[in-house]
Order: sequence, then C-alpha cells, then structure tokens
Amino acid sequence: MVNFNSIKELIELAKENKTTIGKITMEYEMEHSFDSKEHMLKSMEDNWRVMQESIERGVSNKDKSLSGLTGGDAIKIYAHRDNSYTGKTVMTAAASAVGVSEVNAVMGRIVACPTAGSCGIVPAAIKTAAEKNNNTEEEIVDALFTAAGIGLVIEANASIAGAYGGCQAECGTAAGMAAGAMVQLAGGTPDQVGHAVALAIKNLLGLACDPVAGLVEVPCVKRNGFVAVHSMVAADMALAGVESVIPVDEVIDAMDRIGRSLPRTVKETAEGGLALTKTGKEISKRVFG
Amino acid sequence: MRGVFDIVGPIMIGPSSSHTAGAARLGLMAGKILGEPVAKAEILLHGSFARTYRGHGTDKALIGGLLGFSPEDERIRDALDIAKERGLDYSFAPVDLGDAHPNTAVFVLTGINGRKITVGGASVGGGNIEVRNIDSFQIALTGQYPSLIIVHTDKPGVIRDISDVLAKHRVNIAFMRVFRRNRGQQAMMIIETDEELTEDIIQDCRSTGVIENAFAVPAI
Ligand code: SF4
Repeated sequence: MVNFNSIKELIELAKENKTTIGKITMEYEMEHSFDSKEHMLKSMEDNWRVMQESIERGVSNKDKSLSGLTGGDAIKIYAHRDNSYTGKTVMTAAASAVGVSEVNAVMGRIVACPTAGSCGIVPAAIKTAAEKNNNTEEEIVDALFTAAGIGLVIEANASIAGAYGGCQAECGTAAGMAAGAMVQLAGGTPDQVGHAVALAIKNLLGLACDPVAGLVEVPCVKRNGFVAVHSMVAADMALAGVESVIPVDEVIDAMDRIGRSLPRTVKETAEGGLALTKTGKEISKRVFG
Repeated sequence: MRGVFDIVGPIMIGPSSSHTAGAARLGLMAGKILGEPVAKAEILLHGSFARTYRGHGTDKALIGGLLGFSPEDERIRDALDIAKERGLDYSFAPVDLGDAHPNTAVFVLTGINGRKITVGGASVGGGNIEVRNIDSFQIALTGQYPSLIIVHTDKPGVIRDISDVLAKHRVNIAFMRVFRRNRGQQAMMIIETDEELTEDIIQDCRSTGVIENAFAVPAI
C-alpha cells in the first residue's frame, strides 16, 4: 500500500522506486479509490484538455463577468507580450493564467486546481513548461499527478481553502503545485521539486483572502497572473540548484499555523482588506444593493 | 485524505465551487429526487446564498441543475433563459433558516405530472453537497452513490424485506439509514449502494407490499 503524509515521503518514495512523484501519487490514488489506471489517466487527460481550452478561450476573452468587474484583461496582456519588460514567455504565462481565471468569472468551464479561485495558475505554468521543453502529453499528465500529490499533502497538513487559511491556502498551494510540476517537466529531480514547492509557498505565506464583494474576481483574477509567474521563478531557482533553507514540510506547517492565526476578516468573509476599501464597499453596494 | 481529482479538478462552470458548482449539483439532485421534469420551482435561499446569489450565478446554477445540467455544462450560464423556453416557472425568495448551513437552498417543486416534493440541501464546500430534507424528513444524502429512497411505515421486517430484494439483485449496500418522525409512524429509509439501481429493483421493492413508495436517485 502506497502511503505518504509529507512531501518528504513522496520524494523518498519517488527516489526509492526511481520514478516520479506523479507516478507515486497515481499509485496511491489507484489503491485508495479502486479506480483503474486507464480511467485515471483518461480523467487527467480530460482535465488537461479542459485546461487548454480554458487558456485558449481566456487569452481571447472579451466577455465581462456578471458583476462587470473583470473580463478583457487577459487579451490586453497577451497583445502586449512582445513589448514587455519581462519577455514573451512570462507575459504569455501571465495572460494565460488571467485568461483562465476570467473564463471562470464569466461562467465558463475550468478545472478547479486546487480551487476555482486559483484555477489559472497550474494550467498556465504547465503550458509554459511544456512549450519550452517540448513535453509529451504523457509527461504533462504525469506532471499533473505530481501537482495533485503536492496538493494532497498540503490539504492534509494545512488547507487549500481561503475560508480556512487565507489566499496562501489557495493561490499559495497552486503556486507550489505549479512550481513542482514545472521542475519535473524540465527533468529536475524529486528533491528539486520539493525545493521549488518550498520556495513558491514561502513567498506567499500570510496572503490575505479579501475578495471585493465576496466575488472570486478582485484581486483573484489578476492574482492568478502574478502567481503563475511567481511559480515560474521558484521553478527556475530550484532548477538552478537553489535550495530552501526551511524544508518544504516545515514550510507547509508554517502555512497552517499562519492560516489559523489570520483574522477571519481576511479569510474569504469579505469583511476586511480590499473588500473594506472605499471602492470595494461601493462595488459591493452596486452589485448586491 | 481526499482524492487526486478533488485537487486537480473537478471540471466545472465558474465562478465558485460552493456557490456555482455545488448549487448546480443541489439543483440536479433535487430534480432527480422529484423524478420527473420540473414544471414549477419555488426556491428559498438562506444565508450567503440569499445575500450573494446574483454575483456568483447561484440562481443560474440552481435552475441549470433542475434542468438536468451537470456542474460542467456550459448551458448553466444561460439556464434562466432556457428555463423560460422550456416553460419551467421559477421564483427565488430569501428565507431565514436560523443556524442552517450558510449555503442552503430549499426547492419546492412540482413536476409536469403533478408530483410535488420539497427538498432542502446545502452546498458544503468544494462543490460537494448534502441533501438534508425531503418533505418533512430530516435526512442526509450526498449524491456520491446511487440511492434508494423508501417511504414506509416504521415497523419490524421492512428493512429485511428490502435488503432481501437488494441481495437478490446482487446490489451491495454502502450505507443505510432510517429516518423517522415518531415510532410506528411514517419513516424514510435511504440506502446508498455500490451498483446502479434499475427499474426492476424498484418494482420488486414496491411489490414487497410493505412500503408506500420507492424511488431511485442516481449518483451525480
Ligand atoms: S483572494 Fe480568496 S477568493 Fe480570491 S483566489 Fe485568493 S483565496 Fe480565492
């Protein structure tokens, strides 16, 4: 029976079996869900297909959300990518992540990853990596399982819900998942995956969840773009050989502790932070009366 | 731990897993419990559902579910228009259910053949739901398994007769609970199973003669 309760255990299992964290995660899921390997692979391929569709729709999206607050920014970022400071790859990733998040806001179809609020980060990161490395679909699906394994550990030892842990739990977790997947897609080692996860999460610790009017739009949509890029930097650092001083599982523990001590006003209640700004309150009034 | 596909997934229509995807599943479940196309739906919204339903498209998701759309069906966005086209007469009203779960909806439904039922349930997070009332019975039903719902009089032997029927059809019981108001009065038995429940099984349950009604609700 495959079991793991920490990223360290995942890494050790992958190393012992000379395989990837994704394969270990898949084995775990097979044993626990009584699902067949074929069906699981098919489900993950479906997820990847919907992710790609949401990116495509996202970077050309002109629709506005129900509240009118978001929609139409991804297309601008995408058009700007050749003239940008950060370069085409980074801007394409940012546009893709914002785009997927816009698709979510306009009631389009997305893959929650790990949540709907953070749904743009992992797809954008994986697409960026896959294009650079010419990864096969098989490798991409395996990287998605790796991302899922990372997310499972975080959910078990901290939280992936903004209402419990603030946005570090949603976008922070997505950043860890994305960074780890990107390292694997570049051929990095399981240890490097662990460092990427640690680096990505460490730098989002304490992030508030304070969405304006309680809608998954402001700051969420644009934050997806920032965090996708953030996870790319973490992946690059880890691939360059940078190590996290604090081991990844201790970073996750820190995230849990911070999540518990964050005031409830910044845990998805829309009773603090940006939601309570003058403009935030005006918007709330306009949308809900 | 939950599963891999709770982390990467589910595929859903945005924007919110609790206010949109969960709402669609609640509607879908309520419609399946009614067991026939919905002609009229009065939907009462409690807590966060009542306050924020417009911004999250909760109304569209609930109606989309009643129309039979799954949480990943893009028609949810246009569900209110589709409902009008199909002659589904719907209304929404706020309700205060005290300390019920903040994302609770109560569906008062009439089917096209005149069947009436009241179903209450909550969207409990991550797109998961729990049906908590059917008519005046307080129950618990998640929609994760095919379910057999039996209305009967609370008396000895009913459970045995029904489980005999299931055993005969080689259906494995995952969970089984009986909800009753008072001893000896009307009761509701909910059996969640590993296998799909066919019309044959429902007929056999009815012909035991010990129950008032039986109906199957598929997993959603
Ligand atoms: S701010 Fe809150 S609602 Fe928005 S993405 Fe972050 S956790 Fe989700």
